[in-house]
Amino acid sequence: EEEEEDDGMEAWERAYADERSWENLQEDESGLLRPIDTKTLVHAQYRRRLLAASRIQKGLIRYLYLVIDLSRAASETDYRPSRMVAVAKCAEAFIREFFDQNPLSHVGLVTIKDGISHRLTEIGGSPESQIKALMGKLECSGDASLQNALELIHGYLSQIPSYGHREVLILYSALNTCDPGDIMETIKKCKKAKIRCSVIGLSAEIFICKHVCEETGGSYTVALDESHFKELLLEHAPPPPAIAEYAAANLIKMGFPQRGAEGVIAICSCHKDVKIGGGYTCPRCKARVCELPTECRICGLTLVSSPHLARSYHHLFPVTPFNEVSSVFKLSQKLAQTCFGCQQSLVSIGTKFAPHVSCPKCNQRFCLDCDIYIHESLHNCPGCESQR
Amino acid sequence: MNSVSTPSKLYSGNFTYISSSPFLYFLPPLMGLLILWQSDDVSLIVVLLDVNPFFWASSAASVGDSTSPHHPTAILSFSKLLNHVIPFLNSLLLLNQLNQVVLVATGVNSCSYIYDSGDSEGESAGSVPAVCSEILRRLEEFVDKDRLLGKGPDKVVAAGVSSLLSGSLSLALCYIQRVFRSKARHPQPRILCLQSSPDGPEQYVAVMNSIFSAQRSMVPIDSCVMGVQHSAFLQQASYITGGVYLKPQHLDGLFQYLSAVFATDLQSRSFLQLPKPAGVDFRASCFCHKKTIDMGYVCSVCLSIFCKHHKKCSTCGSEFSQAPSDPNATPDRKRKTSEV
Repeated sequence: EEEEEDDGMEAWERAYADERSWENLQEDESGLLRPIDTKTLVHAQYRRRLLAASRIQKGLIRYLYLVIDLSRAASETDYRPSRMVAVAKCAEAFIREFFDQNPLSHVGLVTIKDGISHRLTEIGGSPESQIKALMGKLECSGDASLQNALELIHGYLSQIPSYGHREVLILYSALNTCDPGDIMETIKKCKKAKIRCSVIGLSAEIFICKHVCEETGGSYTVALDESHFKELLLEHAPPPPAIAEYAAANLIKMGFPQRGAEGVIAICSCHKDVKIGGGYTCPRCKARVCELPTECRICGLTLVSSPHLARSYHHLFPVTPFNEVSSVFKLSQKLAQTCFGCQQSLVSIGTKFAPHVSCPKCNQRFCLDCDIYIHESLHNCPGCESQR
Repeated sequence: MNSVSTPSKLYSGNFTYISSSPFLYFLPPLMGLLILWQSDDVSLIVVLLDVNPFFWASSAASVGDSTSPHHPTAILSFSKLLNHVIPFLNSLLLLNQLNQVVLVATGVNSCSYIYDSGDSEGESAGSVPAVCSEILRRLEEFVDKDRLLGKGPDKVVAAGVSSLLSGSLSLALCYIQRVFRSKARHPQPRILCLQSSPDGPEQYVAVMNSIFSAQRSMVPIDSCVMGVQHSAFLQQASYITGGVYLKPQHLDGLFQYLSAVFATDLQSRSFLQLPKPAGVDFRASCFCHKKTIDMGYVCSVCLSIFCKHHKKCSTCGSEFSQAPSDPNATPDRKRKTSEV
């Protein structure tokens, strides 16, 4: 009995309050209600995203500061349980996804509270320390100040190496900004320092945020609800198009350490503790580190393993977008009737083909779900890989 | 019937307790346990069988020679291999009624699905001899088709040629995604690679993409290498995805290796001592000489690896502005004093 009543609400009440079941309905041509066909909708959305991002150079080594707004406006409860908590949860997912897609990049956290911005964590390459600091204590009060945040970050980002791409992502809940000086000057400074600022608003569109993003070449989006906010946030995880003058091309010296054998005893340089087995040895100074990628604390060499670099190769060799195949064609013995990837039948009711896609290079046919999986996660076309 | 008999197995004996009211409170969690029990050890195994005719033909020729039977790497002929693999596939199906096995053949010029035990349309519904004959028939068709694809004026025939591992890995992952989409309670998928050909360096990026996608979907990739040398790709695959890598020493006992190491489901693996990776080499190879390096230079634009400092990147053409960075200069960045 206890499981059915949550927050003092019955399950049928929750369906209206939390799940908003009326949003899953849509009217068809004759005015009858029917559930939204999510599959073709998702596929159409994905195709728009895919075709928008054509083959352009991307900034792969990113130094990103994530700014969390902890002003009074973040305690609003239009996001459950409050904006601040929802933002923190999505930020955690974003940080993990960010390091998954950009293993050589660094993230730092900055908060805005009482009109002052404060650096929560230094810019670093390990997701765990960032997430721990984020989930520390979340309390909000006071005003938000965009200028103070930008000034602070401008100071920090001017210290990073010239080959890195400097980015700021602001998660802004407030509807105004209380600044001590002229924010336009700060924006000009950031533009000169080649910092790309993007903002995700939680309340409404604000002119100054739009101006910052336009001036620095970032993107400004406003979230409609929690799931939309998460979607918008995760869109910033893959590397953005690189503006060529922004980062100098450099050859970065990196080390590729070997994994230690089981049973080797050494003192690790990160925890200053004796460890048995595992771990990696810096090739330059022979210090032991526990995990990769990292920077050797003794000699400063960036240590990576080849899979970390390989994680970014799919940005350089993307899969060509597949062409949609019109479902007008009647069933023909010559054409394949199953998806090449997952062997699902492509024949829908009767003799017609369901909507599907085909690869322009190998001419194999794939179902819509395989299309999304191939382009968003796998980054290999099975048809092209299965031929010489 | 099942729901009544299982509680009696857990509580050995007394049926009379079922009717008494306190027991009824235990029933829902027991149902939960039963359901958990059932779906924990149900597996979907996608087996990628390497059908590289160049490798198997050369091994058949050497088996006919006076190879000593005590040679540690006695090589198998393809028909003997199938004598080990097909009973292994049948044994996987016998381990659990709901287990599903899919066989994908990795050829030299193509990859294709050979057998799917969940496909209820074929004549081979369940019976062991029918499964064997269907697999053999379709493998023969595949090998013939693969051979025909290889004939042509532009195709190169070489002895050390690799098979299309990246193709079959991609097919396996697409199939597993379909299984994830289909039912709420689905079997736990894993991939087993029976590989004999050497690694093809041109497939590196594609194989790594498959490995990362498998890691994200939490699908372990097990590997059993029957070739002459170790496979660096499969070592990395098994290490990153949490699978098992094995290179059997005595190939004529292959069935024992397969059933002892690779037959267990993921849930039960925590109770077994499985072969541990003996040292995976994660070093990169430089793009200019293809030799493995300890320390190298990485282009910040395209992440190509070089062993020496160059003026221009050969992959993306970016010119490098700075002189080689002084190793003593970088630690300054780390010494962060109270600059805040």
